[in-house]
Amino acid sequence: MVSLVLPRLAALPAAAARSLSVMERNAAALRSAYWLVMISGFLEPVLYLFSIGVGVGALIGGLTLPSGQVVSYAAFVAPAMLASSAMSGALAETTFNFFGKMKYVKLYDGILATPVRPFEIALGELGWAMLRGGAYSAGFLAIMTAMELTTALRALAAFPAAVLAGFAFGALGMALSTYMRSWQDFDLMASAQFALFLFSGTFVPAESYPALLRWLVELSPLYRAVELVRSISLGEVGGAQLVDVGYLVGVTALGLMVAGRRMAKLLYK
Amino acid sequence: MTVSSDGALIHARGLRKRFGEFTAVDGIDVDVPRGEAFGFLGPNGAGKSSTMRMIACVSAPSAGTLRILGMDPLRQGPAIRARLGVCPQLDNLDPELTVRENLTTYARYFRIPRRVARERADELLEFVQLTDRAGSKVEPLSGGMKRRLTIARALVNEPEIVLLDEPTTGLDPQARHLVWERLFRLKQQGVTLLLTTHYMDEAEQLCDRLVVMDGGRIVAEGAPRELITRYSTREVVELRFAADAPEDIAGKLAGVGERTEALPDRLLLYADDGDAALAQVQQRGLEPAGVLVRRSTLEDVFLHLTGRTLVD
Repeated sequence: MVSLVLPRLAALPAAAARSLSVMERNAAALRSAYWLVMISGFLEPVLYLFSIGVGVGALIGGLTLPSGQVVSYAAFVAPAMLASSAMSGALAETTFNFFGKMKYVKLYDGILATPVRPFEIALGELGWAMLRGGAYSAGFLAIMTAMELTTALRALAAFPAAVLAGFAFGALGMALSTYMRSWQDFDLMASAQFALFLFSGTFVPAESYPALLRWLVELSPLYRAVELVRSISLGEVGGAQLVDVGYLVGVTALGLMVAGRRMAKLLYK
Repeated sequence: MTVSSDGALIHARGLRKRFGEFTAVDGIDVDVPRGEAFGFLGPNGAGKSSTMRMIACVSAPSAGTLRILGMDPLRQGPAIRARLGVCPQLDNLDPELTVRENLTTYARYFRIPRRVARERADELLEFVQLTDRAGSKVEPLSGGMKRRLTIARALVNEPEIVLLDEPTTGLDPQARHLVWERLFRLKQQGVTLLLTTHYMDEAEQLCDRLVVMDGGRIVAEGAPRELITRYSTREVVELRFAADAPEDIAGKLAGVGERTEALPDRLLLYADDGDAALAQVQQRGLEPAGVLVRRSTLEDVFLHLTGRTLVD
């Protein structure tokens, strides 16, 4: 038993180092054009916050939460935008970029000739995606704090929650990407992503949906992320947030496992 | 040459690879000792690349035994790959990185410290004569340069075995010779080379020993010269005729040389003394439009064993 477990434990730092080497590769490949892509991805949720959160919010006024707390519409929408930006940042990296590297650039074929294993590539790519997602989240939280939509302390607490959301979507996106046949399939995913963005309790409280629809919404990973981030930024954390965290951790683990397996199946021919 | 299996860096018995219904490698036995340059010669589809991928531990054998450096590819893949260098058939260099970064980044996958990686990258760029292109992106490089860079990349972990899948396919003659010369130097340094090729001249130049593959099986094994002596005559007369089909001429040459082989465009006449055989052809009143007397090559061995030419 010991002889079975020990080599595995010893292999852990090696595996982590190999995952890091995949992230290093991405850092080396950073070029000026990439920054443009990054900035456009960051701007999107900020624009939504101003147009809908602040703009439409002026027409709506205050919103009463189930707890009885009354908050401005902008404060209600902002955490949802944060969660969606974590989602889109992670997805951009683990879908388009990942698929292109795997299918067209054949980057992973080269890497798999080294000791690096498929799961370690998946982990490295996800870690890299999270650097991007994390940067988006930090920037957005700074804006929220400056606009007094949350407090600095709650913003700090919301950051890891947003990063967890990014991990879940990054892993999910990577797993889905291994099933994509061509770029056209990504149109479907973009539609799904947009539907999630609109209906995950982002702009309207999930409680206002009909019962059946509400069940569906509560199953959505973005809803879980929005719930988690919102409860922190509005100071309404409760037991339900354990479910959110568990759900997102579960999605991350499942996504990574599926991605690693599928990569091995596709690349170890 | 017989090699005991325990001394072999690569040891395969009854090795098979199936893709669904299709059998790419159909039970091959191979032993490669340290320091040898070993070749897989065969036409496209012979199973060379599938064999190489199994040895590179990126493709699981469907059946049979395979040991690389004494280890099991299925269970010890990372440990084996750490000691292999792989130059694939199609260059899969990183297009987003520079020439030098391609080497330093690749070194990191082997957990080679950054400083060592930089030193090694510079040495290897020197070795493959790409130092002046170190800062260039990969895309503008010529085919020969890309192939040299891929070879340099395969050497970044100082491998004990280097796998080269058709290292000079698609290169012009000058670029091929440069690659051959570098590979020859590696061989002199004692690196074990494994290469696939469908060029007989490449196999003759580089391989100490080779197997001829056809349809997933090994049809012959030995040193290039040995195979030629065993399966062919010393010389070959190539005859081209203006009007008659080579098959028709073959009928009129019974008794001349050891045997004939009719190709669509020419007739090959196998004889130990080519000039004497040619004289006999002329005595029979045949007047070929073109004549070439040459030494037998591995191409002739392959033709004899499979009835087909290597490069189609």
